[in-house]
Amino acid sequence: MAQTMVPSFWPALPELMLAVGAMALLLLGAFRREGKNMCVLSAALLVLAGIAILFQSGETTTFGGAFAVDPFIRLMKILAIVGSLSAMAMSLNYFRNENLTMFEYPILIVLATLGMLLMISANGLIALYLGLELQSLALYVLAAIRRDKLRSAEAGLKYFILGALSSGLLLYGASLIYGFTGTVQFEGIAAVAASGGPSLGLLFGLVFLLAGLAFKISAVPFHMWTPDVYEGAPTPVTAFFAAAPKIAAMALLIRVLFTAFPAISGQWQQILVFISLASMVLGAFAAIGQRNIKRLMAYSSIGHMGFALVGLAAMNQEGVSGVILYLIIYLVMTVGTFAFILSMRRDETMVENIDDLAGLSRTRPMQALALSLLMFSLAGIPPLAGFFAKFYVFLAAVKSGLFLLAVIGVLASVVGAFYYLRIVKVMYFDEPEGEAFEPMPRELGLLFSVAGLFVLVFFLYPAPVLKAAQNAAAVLF
Amino acid sequence: MIEAAFFYLYAIILVVSAFMVIVSRNPVHSVLFLILAFFNGAALFVMLGAELLGMLLLIVYVGAVAVLFLFVVMMLDIDFAEMRKGLLKYLPVGGAVGVVVMLELLIVFGSWAAAPDAASHLGAPAPEGLTNTEALGQILYTKYVYFFQLAGLVLLVAMIGAIVLTLHHRENVKRQNIPDQIARTREMAVELKDVEPGQGI
Repeated sequence: MAQTMVPSFWPALPELMLAVGAMALLLLGAFRREGKNMCVLSAALLVLAGIAILFQSGETTTFGGAFAVDPFIRLMKILAIVGSLSAMAMSLNYFRNENLTMFEYPILIVLATLGMLLMISANGLIALYLGLELQSLALYVLAAIRRDKLRSAEAGLKYFILGALSSGLLLYGASLIYGFTGTVQFEGIAAVAASGGPSLGLLFGLVFLLAGLAFKISAVPFHMWTPDVYEGAPTPVTAFFAAAPKIAAMALLIRVLFTAFPAISGQWQQILVFISLASMVLGAFAAIGQRNIKRLMAYSSIGHMGFALVGLAAMNQEGVSGVILYLIIYLVMTVGTFAFILSMRRDETMVENIDDLAGLSRTRPMQALALSLLMFSLAGIPPLAGFFAKFYVFLAAVKSGLFLLAVIGVLASVVGAFYYLRIVKVMYFDEPEGEAFEPMPRELGLLFSVAGLFVLVFFLYPAPVLKAAQNAAAVLF
Repeated sequence: MIEAAFFYLYAIILVVSAFMVIVSRNPVHSVLFLILAFFNGAALFVMLGAELLGMLLLIVYVGAVAVLFLFVVMMLDIDFAEMRKGLLKYLPVGGAVGVVVMLELLIVFGSWAAAPDAASHLGAPAPEGLTNTEALGQILYTKYVYFFQLAGLVLLVAMIGAIVLTLHHRENVKRQNIPDQIARTREMAVELKDVEPGQGI
């Protein structure tokens, strides 16, 4: 019998806390049969895990090299936890108003977050798949959590079927990569790819793997599920979908490409250039005709993922730190916008059409001002934060000679500016119809104003965020 | 020699029972033939020395999946005879597809050659002198414990999801409560009334 060493559990402490905590909360909920305080407890659990991540340092791997921790991974994990926490805060009011008392909802968010942390930390194909699947399964259930509503059930089913298909593609790619390299560890794959060059089987595997991951970040041509799922899912769940899972999947994509396939970067660069171009263009044009603000945000997120991928396609350190910066700013803008969308209530029901915003500047001037700031920032108008996000990824693309990509990206963001500015126009220049929205609940107001302030004052003191992004990106090179 | 005899025995029963799954009139018989097919498949795995796979086939497919099928067949009112009417009509097309798949398999296995250095890439080669159940058990809970636990978490989420999306706590349903039934006394259940003659209650 071979002697085995007990692996070190310390690097995985935040994940262990989340896993054990989620199971404890599940027992608590099952015995009490009600959701009282469950959101607060789950949020506290996420905060504790976040603190545990902040206290870690250095680079290490454990569990036989399947689980890695380094500054890049830690930053992405913190971002994912911040996204989940904001989604949790945003759902409080929704659940209060709709009289929902499911204790499973916050626990599923915790488990989805656990899946995200595990996939960000994944250092091999098996860990990658298991983390991704843990996250996705929890998300499918969350999309369908209003099972009494047809739209929600439809969104859940659609997401599940397409998600299962993409997981199948990803697994097929992973099995091909394993078959042609003989290892599932990222370092091992990198070594084989560097010594043997791009063999046909490895390329096939890489393409399938990228297709699976592109589905998770909803990049064109794997974006079809996004508008329907965003529209059908309950709005706090949509807010969650738009923020945290995108960041985790993008982090995973960066890690896979830069730790497992740096040797054949010329091969995947073409794929990324295409995906990024298609996402930017589709995100810009398809959103023009949307009347529902949740669908609009779906196309907007497709476009933003395209912009972020520009930095990845540049394949240099500036590019990756640009992507990280982009993700941070995208997270803040998305959380702020969804905090506003969740407060669009009139006559005890939620409204989600853009026309309902008409005359907001007269009924709620401060909200209109903050939302305009967020819209200008999403459109990328200086000096707001969204401009710097785009600026750094385009700069990186120009530095590595991808002029066409940068030019088309700038054009796409001009087209995209149209529909963001239309929202501003509806708020400021259209006559108000109906009464004012109900007053904003405190937690939504807090998130909304913090996001508005962040995009406004980012240019005054961007150094800490820039520095964090650069430090994180430096690990990968 | 005797191995070959057993192989053909199991293989023939497997093929015949698989065929019977499709053609038998009674859906319950179909499921029972399916279980028989699984048993023969398990026997073939054992003959190959992969006893773990054989036992998994029995436990997972016979123990869980086939019994689930049986439930579905018995609980749902599906007219299987109606569904099977098209069998003869679709036989030529189905048969052609079967022949093509068979030819493909022949081509694949006819020209199959394992890569010469494939064995050197093995992540966890089976140690000599151990059954494959033992060999797997030795690494599944030690070297691969992380993946094992992650898979467990994925299943936990799947279970939570199934419960959240399907369980209804219905009010006003009369449930059996055994302590209540036992605690019931004659005094609680029977009320004596004095009835005046000719008046009723």
